[in-house]
Order: sequence, then C-alpha cells, then structure tokens
Amino acid sequence: MTLEKVPLGVPASVKDPVEASVTSVKGPPKGLTKDLANDSANDSANDSANDSAQGFAKEDAPEREVRGGAGATALEPPRYLGGRRRGPVASTAVRVLVPLLLLAAWWYGTASGAISSEILAGPGAVVGALGELVATGQLGDYLLASAQRAGLGVLVGGGLGLLLGVVAGLSALGEELVDPTMQMKRAVPFLALVPLFISWFGVEETFKVVLIAVAAASPMYAYTYLGVRGVDRKIVEAARGFGLTGTRLAFGVIIPTALPNILMALRICLSVSLTGLIAAEQIGATEGIGYLVTLAQQYYRTDYMVLCIVIYAVLGLLIDLAIRGVERVAMPWRGQVAAR
Amino acid sequence: MSVTSADTAVSIRGLRKAFGSKTVLDGIDLEIRRGEFFVLLGPSGTGKTTLLRILAGLELPDGGTVLAPRRRTTVYQEPRLVQARRVLANVILGLPRSAREAGLAALAEVGLEGHGGAWPATLSGGEAQRVALARALVRDPELLLLDEPFAALDALTRLQMQELVAELCERHRPAVVLVTHDVDEAVRLADRVVVLRHGSFAVEQPIDLPHPRDRNDPAFLAHRRLFLSHLGVATASH
Repeated sequence: MTLEKVPLGVPASVKDPVEASVTSVKGPPKGLTKDLANDSANDSANDSANDSAQGFAKEDAPEREVRGGAGATALEPPRYLGGRRRGPVASTAVRVLVPLLLLAAWWYGTASGAISSEILAGPGAVVGALGELVATGQLGDYLLASAQRAGLGVLVGGGLGLLLGVVAGLSALGEELVDPTMQMKRAVPFLALVPLFISWFGVEETFKVVLIAVAAASPMYAYTYLGVRGVDRKIVEAARGFGLTGTRLAFGVIIPTALPNILMALRICLSVSLTGLIAAEQIGATEGIGYLVTLAQQYYRTDYMVLCIVIYAVLGLLIDLAIRGVERVAMPWRGQVAAR
Repeated sequence: MSVTSADTAVSIRGLRKAFGSKTVLDGIDLEIRRGEFFVLLGPSGTGKTTLLRILAGLELPDGGTVLAPRRRTTVYQEPRLVQARRVLANVILGLPRSAREAGLAALAEVGLEGHGGAWPATLSGGEAQRVALARALVRDPELLLLDEPFAALDALTRLQMQELVAELCERHRPAVVLVTHDVDEAVRLADRVVVLRHGSFAVEQPIDLPHPRDRNDPAFLAHRRLFLSHLGVATASH
C-alpha cells in the first residue's frame, strides 16, 4: 500500500534532485521539458536555465505535518464506482420480459373468457385475421400502397424541411426569413389542415401525399436546424477560410457533421408519416393500412383493430432498425472512435 | 488598393481595432518580408490573435490599411477538422479532387503517410494538429498564419511540433506570423519577435541565431530574459 503514501508528502526515499523535482515541483511544465530535452541537466553551467526546477529541489524539504496520524482511517481497496455491464443475453432477456408478460396476460385474459371478444380479440383471432389478409393478398397490396404514399410524402416534405433547416441554420438571413413561419407551422397540428387540403386537392393521391409531406416537413426542419446550429462555428470558420461557401460548404462540412440529427429527424418523419396515413387513408382510399383501420372501425372487428395496432408496432420497429442500419453505413466515423 | 512587392508579404499601416470601449490594436505599423518568420508575443487578451484574425480576413479593422497576399492560410489552436470526413478529405478541403496527390504528399511531409484514410476522431491531439498543418501546407501559402498552434499540445509533442514547423518553413519559405505567449517558442522559431502590450508594440527584436537553436546558448537566454521582462515576468539573474 505504499502507493497510497506518495501524494501525501515528499517521500523521504527520494534523494535524487531531478527525481525530486519531478515529483514535488508544481511549477511551470517548462522546467520539466528542459530537463527532458537536455541530457546534461546536472551540469552547473546550465543552472540559469534550470533555475526554477533545480532551485526548488536543492532546498531542504520543509517539515510539514502529515495528514492522518491518530485519526487515520484504515486502508482499503478503492470501491469501484463505475457501472457494471450485464451480458448481452441477460440484457436481451430483460428487454423482452415486459412485452412477453403483456402478451401472456392478453392471451390468458381472452382465452379464459375474462375479457370478452367484443372488448378485445384474442391473439388467436388476430393471427386468423392476419392469415385472411395474407391469403387474399390484401396485406401486401395495402402495405405497398401505404409505403408509396408515405415514401413520396416523406421524400418531398423531408427534403423541403432539410433544405429549409440547412438554410436557416447556416445564415442569419435564412433564419430570419424561414424560422418564424416554420415555427408557426410547427405549432399547427397537421390534422387541422385535412379539411382545407380536401377542398384544395380532393381526396385522391395528391391530398394524401401532400398531407404526409406537410406532416414530415416540421420535424425534419426543426432537427436539421438544431443540428446545423450545433456544428462547431470554428470548423465552419476554418472551412470558409479554405474557400468553401454555399452548397460546397453545406455538403462538404455542414450536412455530414449534422448527420446524426438529420437521421434522428428522418426517424421521426417516418413515424409521423404513419400517423399521417391513418388520417389520409380514412377518406377516398380503397387500400392502405390506414384504410384497414377505417374498415375495422366500420365493421366493428376487434381482431382487425388489434391487427392494425400490431402492424403499426412492427412498422415502427422496422423503421428503427432501418435507421440504425443507415446510421452505421452513413456515419462510419462514429463506430471507429475508441474511448479517447 | 493593392501593392505588388517582390519582398513584402504583409504591410500594415495605422491599424486600429476596438471591441466596445477596449482598444486592442492602437495604430499598429508592420511590414513582414517574404520568407520571414515573424512572432507576435504577448499575454492573453492583448489583441495578438485579433491582429492575426484581421490578416486572415476573419475580423474587420476599425481603421488603417492592411495588405496581405491572397494565398494565405491559417492553423488554429484547435485542429478544426471535420470529424465526418477522412483525414485526406480534410487536408484537401475546398480543393479539387486533383489535389489528392498533393494532399498525400503533404501528409507524408508532416509524418502521417498512410493516415489519409483514417477518421479524425482516431487521431491523437498531436496527429490532428499535424493534419491541420498538412491542410495549410497543401495550399502552398505565401503567408502562413499560426494562431497558438501548439498551445493545446502536451509538452513533449509541442517540442516535436515546433521542430516540424521550423523544418517545414525552412523548406517552403512562406512568410509566417506566429501568435504565441510562449517565450521559448518565440525565441526558438522567430526571425523577429514583437511583444504586443496595451495595443502597441512594446519591443521589437530580430533574432539572428543559427538554427537549430540551443536553449542554453547565452544569446538565447538573453533574448528570453528580455521578452520575459517586457511581459512583466521577473527572472532570476546571474
């Protein structure tokens, strides 16, 4: 346990003046670098250069009271304060525990008759409904139709939000021009626009895509704006000094650096587009997962209602997984960073 | 206004700059020759970085004229690398793709050959600063602005970097403006040192010692003592 004693005082065992200076001098690091740079540190001709480092060591160390004495505490191995990591298997087990318990409760509740099928369809009925949809090929058609609407909407709305976010984040003029309007737009729930959009675009595809685009634009704008604002100004300043301006600055420096935020925005955009689908496909649609929700409601089929919830949950999970995959591919510099 | 001169790299007349009521540069006159290693020495907050930033075009002067070559580049205290781009892309940032070869050569010159494909976050502080140096070199500057580029490095790395910069400047001969508060660094590298205090030059001193300079040479120590005394730091005299 001798290691514990060193910081408490100048150890008596240290006699060599250079070593003493290293352990005890708190003065400028220059004194230290000189000793290292200069092999003949003990040569008397060099005294003036080494005055600060050597002068201190030459003096006798003053007698100082040592902390501890009668009230000293016992020595002990330092208690580890860092977090403990559970193994991947244990971690996954804990992760799926609550969903599995919920599933079991649902199963038992409906199978034992405690929950009437009028209130909630059992897992068997939901699987049956799924089988029906798959067998008729409707599930594939519905998913495809919805994916097209959501994809196009997110592409247009997200693209616009990205552009405006970069412009507002980059320039003061852009911020003044764009930000107030976008903040106002963000405050309006996009569902409030449904009646107006129907009167403008009818109930066909245009309406659906525009609604999803409008819904997706806001989160993309907000997160991109934050991300761009968060890019180190000093790096932007340096890049400008190297002649980067406009789109080259945006694509070469700003957008890659703000990419974590932009991908998070994309995740939210895709989630929002699912909400948008329910609203958009309630009206004037003959296929789509939003239409499925409407059907379930109209025919009061609790098995389809639950199936819709399951489909949405699975889609949400898939979106998460997909974005994680994109993050790994699009931001390779993050994976390589060791703890430094 | 422009001046073409075969041997002047920087020409400053009556430069003034104030932040609010605080005048940091008060009528500075300065000529720097081409190929000259000029060091601006001073305590923190004396305006030496402001002078450098004016030369870099990052601040506007309040008065006076400042002339500098268009081909100039800056190395800052922080490496300022784009974390999302690989090292080589950082070096040739803003240059056409055809600069790749030159970028690789510059990396080799700073001792980082083979690091072109690395991500900046995997580099040590000294390596990152060498990338910043390569990024400046590849532009073949007529004026190299160094804003305390060694200040954030550890003591040993700092010595190595000073040596590297001395060597590179010897080979490429740009005019250099180095801003620092490290007296040893100034005496080690400079052809001429100016101490900036209270908005003007307190002392101006050419340093005519052969390279590489011995820190224990009495002439080195004499310069060191002179600058320290002008910076208000007392040194033990023998």
